[in-house]
Amino acid sequence: MSAIITISHLTKIYKRDKQEITVLNDVSLDIVQGDFVALMGPSGSGKTTLLNIIAGIDRPTNGEVLIAGTDIGALSETELAKWRSRHIGFIFQFYNLIPVLTAFENVELPLMLTPLSKSERRRQVELALSVVGLADRMDHYPKQLSGGQEQRVAIARAIASDPDIFVADEPTGDLDRVSAEEILTLLERLNKEFGKTIVMVTHDPQAANRAHIVHHLEKGDLIPQVQS
Amino acid sequence: MSMTKLIIKNSFRHTLRVLLTIVGISVAVIAFGMLRTVVTAWNSGVAASSPNRLVVRQAVSFIFPLPYAYKEKIAGIPGVTTVSWLNWFGGTYIDKDQFFARQACDPETIFTLYPEFKLTSSEISAFRSERNACIVGIETAKRYGLKVGDIMNMEGDIYPGSWQFTVRGIYTPRSKTDDATQMFFHWEYLNERMKQDDASSADQVGYYVVKINDASKSAEISQKIDELFKNSPAETKTETEGQFQQGFVSSSGAIIGAINIMSYLIIGIILLVLCNTMIMTSRERTREYAVLKSLGFTGGHLFAFIAGEALTISLLGAGIGIALLIPIVQGFESLLPRGWFPVFIIASSTYVLAGSSALIVGVIAAIIPLYRALTMRIVDGLRFTG
Repeated sequence: MSAIITISHLTKIYKRDKQEITVLNDVSLDIVQGDFVALMGPSGSGKTTLLNIIAGIDRPTNGEVLIAGTDIGALSETELAKWRSRHIGFIFQFYNLIPVLTAFENVELPLMLTPLSKSERRRQVELALSVVGLADRMDHYPKQLSGGQEQRVAIARAIASDPDIFVADEPTGDLDRVSAEEILTLLERLNKEFGKTIVMVTHDPQAANRAHIVHHLEKGDLIPQVQS
Repeated sequence: MSMTKLIIKNSFRHTLRVLLTIVGISVAVIAFGMLRTVVTAWNSGVAASSPNRLVVRQAVSFIFPLPYAYKEKIAGIPGVTTVSWLNWFGGTYIDKDQFFARQACDPETIFTLYPEFKLTSSEISAFRSERNACIVGIETAKRYGLKVGDIMNMEGDIYPGSWQFTVRGIYTPRSKTDDATQMFFHWEYLNERMKQDDASSADQVGYYVVKINDASKSAEISQKIDELFKNSPAETKTETEGQFQQGFVSSSGAIIGAINIMSYLIIGIILLVLCNTMIMTSRERTREYAVLKSLGFTGGHLFAFIAGEALTISLLGAGIGIALLIPIVQGFESLLPRGWFPVFIIASSTYVLAGSSALIVGVIAAIIPLYRALTMRIVDGLRFTG
């Protein structure tokens, strides 16, 4: 299958005062459409930075990132924002739901950027919430939900606009084992049933085991991959 | 869910803090409106003055009279179309606390000169034909329950003795800013009494009011009038009615200036209160703004969210403040001695100023949070822990 994500000689350097810190060092990587990839490595290895660059929320210092044929480094901020809304579904460690919005409204949030009508949006939100098994909790606020349920709402928000790629940054990092398993099963379903490409950063070997491919990073270098 | 719903939900996220901010803005708007209303009331005479009316008074001081004989000479100056005259009567009606302007006037010319005091032609005829007739403003008539035919008894002070007047007309003002509290009676009635009781006060005029045909020539005509009486025992000072009224107001100029400055300082306070709330709010929501940006919301969306929230709070505060201002001004007026301000109303400019200030304050208060949200890198925002 063709690569949906092609990263070529990617370098990311942060400047702290006069000091330059190389976070990613000449990383090249291809991720095939419909793949489930885990990025692992110790803290500071650059895995989250790589994920952020793939997701278009950070920019490379050098190198090229082609996603579905688009060189995202060449896009302006506004173009990049529109591109993200169409192609990327975000799943964060701490869910990042808006506390004053219900589960329904949180899931509807990315759909506000689409030309869908109110009824179409409603249908889409209900479908997304039913996929994550929370159709009966759509009027609940985040504080009325458990951590696992909040993460499921966050996943519903990510899938609502039907993006091609899901980026998940430690999606089970803040959950107990049972909830974590539920979330990982859900991600697997998205990958297998809906053919979505998933790139997940994790510290958890059990979470990484669900991925097809595990890439290890260390001090900004990509270590040769291990086939699971 | 619409953007508006999201803005409103966000605006009331911290209910107590937002309510306190709204109350703060409302109180500030009320204070602003009150001060502006006092300034408006103070300046109402100036605002109501006509540019083609000149006031001729004694050069030394307004309290000194002018000879009645000046009337013909003033009337002879080119550009002068009507000459009228008035004497401030003072006096006591009921008791010393009952204040409203009482003036002796020329019944033939007074209401030609002051078309802003509206009377029927029958009222004017009745007033002109009866020597002790008087005309009162509708506010004074309402205050004392006066109607046409009623008798008003007064004790004179500047012009001593007991005076009796019959109400022959009640004028209504042309606009809300015109004084509806005055009382006018015949100058001839006053003069005849003076001839009998105090000859030195007879044939004396408090001040002349002169109508001219071209307002642009007011300075030139004023100069001609004053030159006419130069080196006489009663030199004149002629000025436009606006300047004449301004002369009264300017004696309190420092106070008015201070009130004006205070009213604008209050706008500054509103700004600080709202800025504080918005900066706290945006700081707490740094991570949310990062999430919104990551979901694809652009700078324009963030502008709508942040400015919308600031405007919701500021306009709500201003709306409540303005709504409460009306009964508060009415209550304040009722506490003032009657007649203290002949015109005490909230000027439409006060509403416009309060509303537009709230609008501007809302936009300004959004600038710092907006700048922060727009310049924040998403990855930094997602790491923000408060």
